[in-house]
Amino acid sequence: MITELGHFTLILAFFVAIVQSVVPLIGASKRWTGWMVFAEPAAIVQFLLTAFAFGALIWAFVTSDFSLRIVVENSHTAKPMLYKISGTWGNHEGSMLLWVLIVTLFGAMAAFFGGGLPPTLKARVLAVQSAIAVAFFGFILLTSNPFDRLAIAPFDGRDLNPLLQDPGLAFHPPFLYLGYVGLSMAFSFAIAALIEGRIDAAWGRWVRPWTLAAWVFLTIGIALGSWWAYYELGWGGFWFWDPVENASFMPWLLAAALLHSAIVVEKREALKSWTILLAIIAFGFSLIGTFIVRSGLLTSVHAFANDPERGVFILIILVFFIGGALTLFAARAQAMEAKGVFGMVSRESALIVNNVLLAVSCFVVFVGTMWPMVAEMMFDRKLSVGAPFFNAAFSPFMVLLGLILPIGAMLPWKRGRLGKTAWSLRYAFGLALAIALLVWAMQTGRSALGPVGLFLGAWITFGAAIDLWSRTGRNGSFKRLIRLPGADWGKAVAHTGLGVAIFAIAGLTAWEAEDIRVAQLNQPFEVGQFTLTLQDVRRVQGPNYFSTTADVLVEKGGRAIGTLHPEKRDYPVARMPTTEAAIDYRFLGDLYVVIGDQQADGGWVMRTYIKPLANWIWGGCILMALGGVLSLSDRRFRVAAGARKTPAGGVPAE
Amino acid sequence: MRRLVLILMLLAAPVFAVQPDEVLDDPVLEQRARDLSVGLRCLVCRNESIDESNAELARDLRLLLRERLVAGDTDEEAVAFIVDRYGEYVLLKPTTNGSNLLLWLAGPIMLLIAAVVGLNFLRTRAKAQVSGETEALSAEEQERLRQILED
Repeated sequence: MITELGHFTLILAFFVAIVQSVVPLIGASKRWTGWMVFAEPAAIVQFLLTAFAFGALIWAFVTSDFSLRIVVENSHTAKPMLYKISGTWGNHEGSMLLWVLIVTLFGAMAAFFGGGLPPTLKARVLAVQSAIAVAFFGFILLTSNPFDRLAIAPFDGRDLNPLLQDPGLAFHPPFLYLGYVGLSMAFSFAIAALIEGRIDAAWGRWVRPWTLAAWVFLTIGIALGSWWAYYELGWGGFWFWDPVENASFMPWLLAAALLHSAIVVEKREALKSWTILLAIIAFGFSLIGTFIVRSGLLTSVHAFANDPERGVFILIILVFFIGGALTLFAARAQAMEAKGVFGMVSRESALIVNNVLLAVSCFVVFVGTMWPMVAEMMFDRKLSVGAPFFNAAFSPFMVLLGLILPIGAMLPWKRGRLGKTAWSLRYAFGLALAIALLVWAMQTGRSALGPVGLFLGAWITFGAAIDLWSRTGRNGSFKRLIRLPGADWGKAVAHTGLGVAIFAIAGLTAWEAEDIRVAQLNQPFEVGQFTLTLQDVRRVQGPNYFSTTADVLVEKGGRAIGTLHPEKRDYPVARMPTTEAAIDYRFLGDLYVVIGDQQADGGWVMRTYIKPLANWIWGGCILMALGGVLSLSDRRFRVAAGARKTPAGGVPAE
Repeated sequence: MRRLVLILMLLAAPVFAVQPDEVLDDPVLEQRARDLSVGLRCLVCRNESIDESNAELARDLRLLLRERLVAGDTDEEAVAFIVDRYGEYVLLKPTTNGSNLLLWLAGPIMLLIAAVVGLNFLRTRAKAQVSGETEALSAEEQERLRQILED
């Protein structure tokens, strides 16, 4: 019954979305207030209806309703409750429902918080957002209905892919989708502004918080996914340049570019058409990401049940929205003449360089991701483009970006002097260089990657600190430092996060150590500064799996520092084995232990890795996200969003 | 019944990436083998190198690679040996010959184009005159903008 209600509300939401995508648009062009404000309740109703449908699907999973096809295919009565719930979006149909739920959530939020928007702009934004929802409601209802019933319900389900039975699944996709779909808000604002035919500083101020929020969610989502891969896949890789990872990374790069270019629109009324174009392309890449994951066009470790028919549907959506948007852009672009005047060396030009590097690096990732397909279709060559290519072709852009970031971030608006800004950063440069040289001297005959990464990381981090301190005035004070606006803090913290992440990735890649051996019971062996002893190997039965669990004593300098329990699991229903690495998370580097098969002589294969700075990668991502949140907390966004009304004439304008 | 499941499970247990019995005695040779295998694709896997993969075929390739190195092949010869048999699909880092040049040059070319366009834009901005900043706004809009931008 609840399932039918969920199906019904989903269809109802579809119809509300159709009406909402048409009526406010007409209202806005005819200036009919009633038709325009219709969008607000419609957006909220649309969200509530979709939320009910999603709740009904969760309910079906929780109660193991095996008359539903996707529950049978992805659940099992013995599965722990957390994974029953997260299993709702661990499959194609459910994850699409989550996707459209988030589209409607953003629509409802724009309706709710958009009090300060001009009525026509608001109506158009909500209509465009609703048009996106229409496309995806149609996609779900026509090609991938989660409420599909089976004529004969089986006794039990087929269980979820064991790799997905992890808390990671509960959080990674929702955050990623919040990010992907968050970019739909920037897209809707861009289209609405194009229809409106006007883009000004206020538009930049409205669109920036949405982009910032999307970027924060994408950062968290990508970091969670990377961490999940790190502990789940059994050898501690954290990034694979897999097509689906690239699909989430490209929108991240473009969102980063967009939130920087929106600053120029907001402060200087320049780069308007570029910012609009970027908003369109960023959401385009979100759609391309969806297309890549669902169509099976490119092989990837993130395999959903692929279906060409679905791929074609998403391709049509992609062509309609992005093609339509670009046509509109071409027709209206000349209306967005830049106003601000600035010199060749200025904050504006530095932000343009930032955008060039981010956009081109995104292009490199895009070409690399699509090349196997292009080469096969056009040149009849079957080839692979893997991590070594991306490491070689992508990294230089990040190095360049890291080198100019501290200087660009401190250049004054309108007109600056390179020498003067560079001189104010001399201490950051000297300190970073000194640390890098020290590490260079300490490490023995290995690659330059570690010291270079360390230099870049330290240079960005100290640069951000000097930038923040300089904001407190000529003779800075701590009191002023604390009272600086959220945007200043956000900038410093996010840039520091980038520095930390660059340093950590370089350090991990350069200084990782590995040990593979057959370990005999109670015979200690040494890896780095650690002494490991395999004490026991037990068979354990879990709720829906069998496990081979090892007890590994870890000692450092003769003192026991803990026991690790690496596992090998087998899920009989899903017929899949997994490895559960045991990780001792340490500040300077993780100890990562994996147990393998028993050998003929009674020993066990053991793989031990020392992963220096692994935690710092995710620490850096958290700092980046925190920086975004701090920026969001800046007062002027709330003023712009209309949550706070300034008293008329109370404060003189600038 | 449970014992049967357990036995079946042990039979079906996966082989791991790089097994201890594959590791060569000569550490220099082993390091070369590891470095090369990071760049070779496991053909039956989804975008994994033979160094990371636990598939049977990846193991065969790892052993083959080590055989070639022990036989005295240089790195290039060993890789060429495998590419001859499995095609360039096995290379995770595509070659730079023929149409692949386009792949490798796509980034630098795009950077060049973007740099030229960006510089051009900057030049027009630097030369542009401040022209009636408010012409497009009506008085009412001006008032609204002032309210919004007011900090």
